Amino acid sequence: MTQVEQERELQAQFDAVVARHDRIEPRDWMPEGYRKTLVRQIAQHAHSEIIGMQPEGNWITRAPSLRRKATLLAKVQDEAGHGLYLYSACETLGVSRAELTELLIEGKQKYSSIFNYPTLSYADVGTIGWLVDGAAIANQVPLCRTSYGPYGRAMIRICKEESFHQRQGFELLMTMMRGTDAQRAMVQESVDRFWWPALMMFGPPDDASPNTAQSMAWGIKRDTNDELRQKFVDMTVPQAERLGVTLPDPAIAWNAERGHYDFGEPDWEEFAAVVRGEGPCNAQRIAHRRRAHEEGAWVREAASAFAAQQAAAQQAQEVSA
Amino acid sequence: MSAAAGGVRGEWPLWEVFVRGKRGLNHVHVGSLHAADAEMAVRNARDVYTRRNEGVSIWVVKASDVTASSPDEKDPLFAPAGDKVYRHPTFYDVPADVPHM
Ligand SMILES: [Fe+2]
Ligand SMILES: [Fe+2]
Repeated sequence: MTQVEQERELQAQFDAVVARHDRIEPRDWMPEGYRKTLVRQIAQHAHSEIIGMQPEGNWITRAPSLRRKATLLAKVQDEAGHGLYLYSACETLGVSRAELTELLIEGKQKYSSIFNYPTLSYADVGTIGWLVDGAAIANQVPLCRTSYGPYGRAMIRICKEESFHQRQGFELLMTMMRGTDAQRAMVQESVDRFWWPALMMFGPPDDASPNTAQSMAWGIKRDTNDELRQKFVDMTVPQAERLGVTLPDPAIAWNAERGHYDFGEPDWEEFAAVVRGEGPCNAQRIAHRRRAHEEGAWVREAASAFAAQQAAAQQAQEVSA
Repeated sequence: MSAAAGGVRGEWPLWEVFVRGKRGLNHVHVGSLHAADAEMAVRNARDVYTRRNEGVSIWVVKASDVTASSPDEKDPLFAPAGDKVYRHPTFYDVPADVPHM
């Protein structure tokens, strides 16, 4: 068999696996474009979890009660875990963790634009749980069935934990809405700031998302950006009503004909600017991640040195025994 | 030695993590992580993979020590089992009214 024939056969096998909605595993042959797309998407997803610790981590020392503090700590720790599951999935594609960290702190790989917005009050902890984790869930649930095995398995673990994230956020906001006028105003102000950026989390509209078709053909993505955005709006509008907040979009209205809520168009200029690095916190987020990485260098080196010393001592003991 | 312990760019080695969900079940592969040595790998695995009582026991194995059956998950090693349907209970016809079968 010539190499061309061999490649064609491998491609046919790969296509057959994807067509029957089976999973591709790390040691299978895969087209180079599939591998590259996955590395980019999973890395971006991992980076989002890691950078996503910062906006909320900002409030840990100023939580209003021990209960809220324990909750927020557990939530932020979960996000670190999500980042690690995803880095581990990404590494099965032949990239190293160190390489991925480097790409992030050098600004060569992206993370979700939502984390470039600041958290200005404790209500933002609730709003992030409700809207940002809510949008993440809408994005991630279909990814549990993605064609790449390790990615799908990481998503299943993550989705199980996200429901706690969203519920604690909603509960926090409900508690504040039962409080004083000032607390209610704080919730409304927070929702006003996060609503549109949350909608942007699903990415550009379908007609401006050139990679979607290929990703869907490969079974990496299961739904388009606009489909997921609509699903999120449909789930969230009744929750907002129950909470008693007003979503900052006068175009929101039930459309009986479509069986969906209508809603307005996010400011895609703003989205593009944040993705380009011009959001309110881009520089701060990366600088913080870089500092944490660099200040941790001595810990990594010391642990390696200790491990090497222990291994050498054990070897010497075995030789003498 | 430090190069061996450090690996690429001074990176800690990769460990595969296996968790026993509860007594009576096998250890199951759950993912991987980096750690300087086995002891640290177990401690990290506890924090990364069992934050909600997902396990009662953890194994870690250096990823470089794993030997796999073949480069392809669709493995000729398992092909002989494919045509031995008689190893499965559904191969045998038993009337539906036979109790406890
Ligand atoms: Fe997360
Ligand atoms: Fe989350």
